[in-house]
Amino acid sequence: MTLGYHGAIMTPTGSLEARVLAILAHHAGREGALLPVLHDVQAAFGCVPQEAVPVIAKGLNLSRAEVHGVVTFYHDFRSEPAGRRHVRICRGEACQAMGADALATRVLAHFRLDWDGTTSDGAVTVSPIFCLGLCSVAPAVQVDGAVHARVSAEVVIRLAEGGT
Amino acid sequence: MIRIFVPGDSVAVACGVEAVLVALRAVAEKAGRPLEVTRTGSRGLHWLEPLVEVERGGVRHGYGPLRAADVDLRILEGGVHPRHLGPVEDLPALRLQTRLLFARCGVADPLSFSAYAARGGMAGISRARALGPEGVVAEVTASGLRGRGGAGFPAGIKWKTVAAAPGARKFVVCNADEGDSGTFADRMLMEGDPLGLIEGMAIAAFAVGAGKGYIYSRSEYPLANRTLAAALEVARAEGLLGPDFDIELRIGAGSYVCGEETALLESLEGKRGQVRAKPPLPAHHGLFGMPTVVNNVLTLASVPWILSQGSAAYQALGHGRSRGTMPLQLAGNVKRGGLYEVPFGMTLGQIVDGLGGGTASGRPVRAVQCGGPLGAYFPRALFDTVYDYESFAAREGLVGHGGIVVFDDTVDMARQARFAMEFCSIESCGKCTPCRIGSVRGMEVIDRILAGDEVERNIALLDELCETMKFGSLCALGGFVPYPVLSAVRHFPEDFVAPARRRQRELAS
Repeated sequence: MTLGYHGAIMTPTGSLEARVLAILAHHAGREGALLPVLHDVQAAFGCVPQEAVPVIAKGLNLSRAEVHGVVTFYHDFRSEPAGRRHVRICRGEACQAMGADALATRVLAHFRLDWDGTTSDGAVTVSPIFCLGLCSVAPAVQVDGAVHARVSAEVVIRLAEGGT
Repeated sequence: MIRIFVPGDSVAVACGVEAVLVALRAVAEKAGRPLEVTRTGSRGLHWLEPLVEVERGGVRHGYGPLRAADVDLRILEGGVHPRHLGPVEDLPALRLQTRLLFARCGVADPLSFSAYAARGGMAGISRARALGPEGVVAEVTASGLRGRGGAGFPAGIKWKTVAAAPGARKFVVCNADEGDSGTFADRMLMEGDPLGLIEGMAIAAFAVGAGKGYIYSRSEYPLANRTLAAALEVARAEGLLGPDFDIELRIGAGSYVCGEETALLESLEGKRGQVRAKPPLPAHHGLFGMPTVVNNVLTLASVPWILSQGSAAYQALGHGRSRGTMPLQLAGNVKRGGLYEVPFGMTLGQIVDGLGGGTASGRPVRAVQCGGPLGAYFPRALFDTVYDYESFAAREGLVGHGGIVVFDDTVDMARQARFAMEFCSIESCGKCTPCRIGSVRGMEVIDRILAGDEVERNIALLDELCETMKFGSLCALGGFVPYPVLSAVRHFPEDFVAPARRRQRELAS
């Protein structure tokens, strides 16, 4: 059993609609539930699939446009799943002061990516993030949710390629 | 039995504390010495992280910064070790602080209710109940506590407004959307003393008559969110939360502007994080249209101390109209980065050179950005500025949420100015034109300046654009981005003019 961001039990099988409905049922009665629902949908599918939007809209008595507007407003919500490893490099000023720009340039060049791109084999996605709260031990990155500080480009590339 | 204290804070984890703990356990097991491990928050001495503490004769000895390879039996048995720092409480960086808000952080298990109560927890809410709602508002007002999120609005006045506002329901919303680069005090407190925040919110709810609270935290803070969720369960089990007042943890989704209070309320309601025009104030017309207290983590977590120790004790600390303590967060290219809770009133130079010890790179400090991405850059010439809200405002600067980011002399200030505009263009909620369009035009104008295209005319244009953004934007995102941009132009003009001249020379030759 896996739990979503807000504790919804993730049904690993079943149709997309059934799985989204299970998430909606978990949040029934919650006021202003759209963000918690979207977090759980993304936790289940790795993104917010287009086909989930009308199901969510109906479940929360919203228009599809309203749901689409929210999905596209927030940086976290993706339309396609990220690669098997998701590297987020902090671009905040504190990390910049410790060379984060040069680090990011090297990591992106190594994987031949632009920001938010995924390698063609689906292994690695590199995204920017604005502040992990690790500003005193910069530069910092997050790899699949795990935080790493005082990193070099070599360390980030190693982590992205599955090393420790 | 050897008692050790190992931080579970994000900074320690990101610096590799888990590998250190594995090594410590292995060494202890091999030596047949049983180990009692307490996971704590961080002391905030981040240049020493991972910082492990070993108790000997009732005194906690620090070892740091530790790598797994540094770990041997001498740490556990008190032998001479190159990473031994002596008793942690005697470290100068802790001794010179006045820790009210962060008194428990890094000391005890953040999820142990008995440890919380043993160190002064629950004394605030007991006194609050004895004083009654009006007495609590009077006490918070008398303390001089101002909003620690950045705006510095007196907390007592906000509470009084909500208490007096008519509404079928009322809410207490904790703004934990700590998006400013260079700040991490909210995160540290949520990871190191979450029960203090919960008690503060319960006191606020009691004072204004709210039945429900929300903590709006960040998806960028997974460890803090896990600790908070567990702390809410502890608070329910211990009766600090219950049917009269409960708190729901909500997580943002990577939007900076949701740290603005009205955008945050929209987001809590399940909408795009777009700023609302004020008035009406959230105190009158807040979450779901109801009277709502919106306060920062640090503001709310200050309240239990103020109630238990009295407003006079809090009011006695500080400088000018800035009362109490401020958790300074030293970050970026700084030798001794971390969190320092001190009363208002130090100078910027004392903070950066004295507490911080200058840069990590060993090069000269050239600029410091205070108050996050929307705060001004200060040159060394302004290091005599006193750290309080009014003195900073007098020099076109922001205290903000207490972040101070240090840059050495390799920084390109034109690039920093351009980044401020770029950040604003990425994070703008899009509701008002000065912010949405102005930030993009701002990037273009800076690009033209750097290309040497009519430099003086374009600098004047940038000035005018900033004026429009400052006075025409709906919220602080567009309204404050002129601070970093214009301070960079004003204090570091050579970075804007020199590249242009260089380019002209290249073209001529």
